[in-house]
Amino acid sequence: MSILINRETKVLCQGFTGKQGSFHSEQALAYGTRMVGGVTPGKGGQTHLGLPVFDTMRAAVAQTGADASVIYVPAAYAADSIMEAADAGIALIVCITEGIPVRDMLNVKAALRANGARLIGPNCPGIITAGECKIGIMPGSIHRRGKVGIVSRSGTLTYEAVHQTTKLGLGQTTCVGIGGDPIKGMDFIDCLELFERDAQTEAIVLVGEIGGSREEEAAEFIQSGVSKPVAAYIAGVTAPRGKRMGHAGAIIAGGKGVAEEKMRALEKAGVAVARSPADIGAAMRQAMAART
Amino acid sequence: MNLHEFQAKQMLREAGLAAPRGEVADNPTAAKEAAARLGGQGWVVKAQVHAGGRGKAGGIRFAANLQDVESCAAELLGRRLVTYQNAPEGQPVDRVLIEEGLTIARELYVSLLVDRAAERVAVVASAAGGMDVEEVARTRPDEVLRELCDPLLGLQDYQVRNLAFALRLTGQAYKNFCRLLPGLYRLFVELDLALLEINPLVVTQDDRLLPLDCKMAVDDNALYRQSRLASLRDDSQSDPREAAAHEAGINYVALSGNIGCMVNGAGLAMATMDLIKLHGGEPANFLDVGGGASAETVAQAFKILLADGRVRAVLVNIFGGIMRCDVIAEGIVRAVREVGVQVPVVVRLEGTNVDQGKRILGESGLAIVSAADLTDAARRAVEAAR
Repeated sequence: MSILINRETKVLCQGFTGKQGSFHSEQALAYGTRMVGGVTPGKGGQTHLGLPVFDTMRAAVAQTGADASVIYVPAAYAADSIMEAADAGIALIVCITEGIPVRDMLNVKAALRANGARLIGPNCPGIITAGECKIGIMPGSIHRRGKVGIVSRSGTLTYEAVHQTTKLGLGQTTCVGIGGDPIKGMDFIDCLELFERDAQTEAIVLVGEIGGSREEEAAEFIQSGVSKPVAAYIAGVTAPRGKRMGHAGAIIAGGKGVAEEKMRALEKAGVAVARSPADIGAAMRQAMAART
Repeated sequence: MNLHEFQAKQMLREAGLAAPRGEVADNPTAAKEAAARLGGQGWVVKAQVHAGGRGKAGGIRFAANLQDVESCAAELLGRRLVTYQNAPEGQPVDRVLIEEGLTIARELYVSLLVDRAAERVAVVASAAGGMDVEEVARTRPDEVLRELCDPLLGLQDYQVRNLAFALRLTGQAYKNFCRLLPGLYRLFVELDLALLEINPLVVTQDDRLLPLDCKMAVDDNALYRQSRLASLRDDSQSDPREAAAHEAGINYVALSGNIGCMVNGAGLAMATMDLIKLHGGEPANFLDVGGGASAETVAQAFKILLADGRVRAVLVNIFGGIMRCDVIAEGIVRAVREVGVQVPVVVRLEGTNVDQGKRILGESGLAIVSAADLTDAARRAVEAAR
């Protein structure tokens, strides 16, 4: 078991024939992901990486029966691609693209609320179920099949959490990079809910950062809705106020979104919070030991 | 990206919304001439910097005659204005805005911003204008009114009425408010703004509604389609290293410590700063070279972080994913040679091809310390900076 994706998941790539789309689709195929084709408007009918190319998502879904799509199209067109995928009936849309205007994402979210499709990202590394299906730009080699579910706002910090849980022999079920944008698809709570229900996931790592209040909301949810041990790390204790730290969503605005408050909320909910990014694995082990 | 007050007010005027009559000037003589053209009994001379708190910092002067306008402008222009909101070295005043004096009956507050939790544009209003709205929200939360706009429907008339009645506006002022707010909403959406704040919005004695101050910030991600706004960028208002980094496409934020950081990924870059602090050091900067960092980007990043004279040691922290550690190691070696780095460089590499990467660093003959892991890297960097 795992969440959202497994070896059966049929994946389409939007922006398939572009540089990013090609490179990462090749990597995904090498990992064993069941890629079934891709979309590049105007290139329908061609074959790329041995897979069919379609002009539209509607045609691609009709022909392949895909369940998921991954988006590598440039920021100016990415919001449209998300809505195209949702309209075509894709249940899980993973948008890697960074730099989508906030206004576009507000519209996308409003449209998705009516549609019901799940979105991961944008501005994220994607999602991977260890040993089964990789949708995104994460290095597949660091993952090991195991028992920890990971949800994170940061790409490279997800890799840290993966690396550390792999080294401790815990391994991972599914790792979801929810992305660094202020307006995005699935959030901590959505993933926590799924990890809680997943039989194979025995413990959860949550990686947050400054900005917004989703970590605090997650803490509240954990208190009442998560029975499995949770470890967390929050980046940005030393970040100055009012400055955007790389991610569009990583900003302490109006005194809100401070790292310490997020850590306090999580600790209050019984989460083992690592103070150092080097201790994420150790915090996970500690949280698991406390339950046995 | 922030706009200056005079630019924001120009945007309002172009959208058919009222703003106080005013002209911008870059020298005292021009300021005096502008005031003469505006006419009237008194003028306000306002320093144009990208920071709030200008009034308390002496950046807003009242002039009773034309001679006063000239001397106020002379005092402000060419100086750096330090307010409680900007850096200790302040920001340069290259322009002043000369505006007509107004007879004010009431001061209100209005702003539009994106509410992250609600995922909607929020229109915020308060009768307590001219004050720090965060302070009002803390001490008198009932006085801060909010309306959330459905992105597919926009701001509705009833929402405007909700705010207008709550602000106890009547007569012509009420009518003006009901015309102003939909205009502000349209502008916010059309210009891809991240913030539009009018504080205070004044009600004049003759019931006009005018923005005494106006702040606009543009969504950086939308600048590609807001070319006119993009052309209004004023890098003189930013830290020079941050401006240079922006030019090179690198995410950089200047801090006050002495350990320069170069990291791939924003989250890991913040975590690296935190780790330095945790081990008793002080980070000099936030720097994210990005996921696909090339040897050139690494060299550029070294140049930017070493331009900070306080940097006594550099910590490079890379988790190689798709970008292999051996490629990054080669980039680091080349950059250290090219740039002529004079301070100790501690490198922590992890991920794809890490052993080859470490070998390249070891065989380079350069004074690069290869750290065993994250904690070791932080300890060594803190030690090296002492």
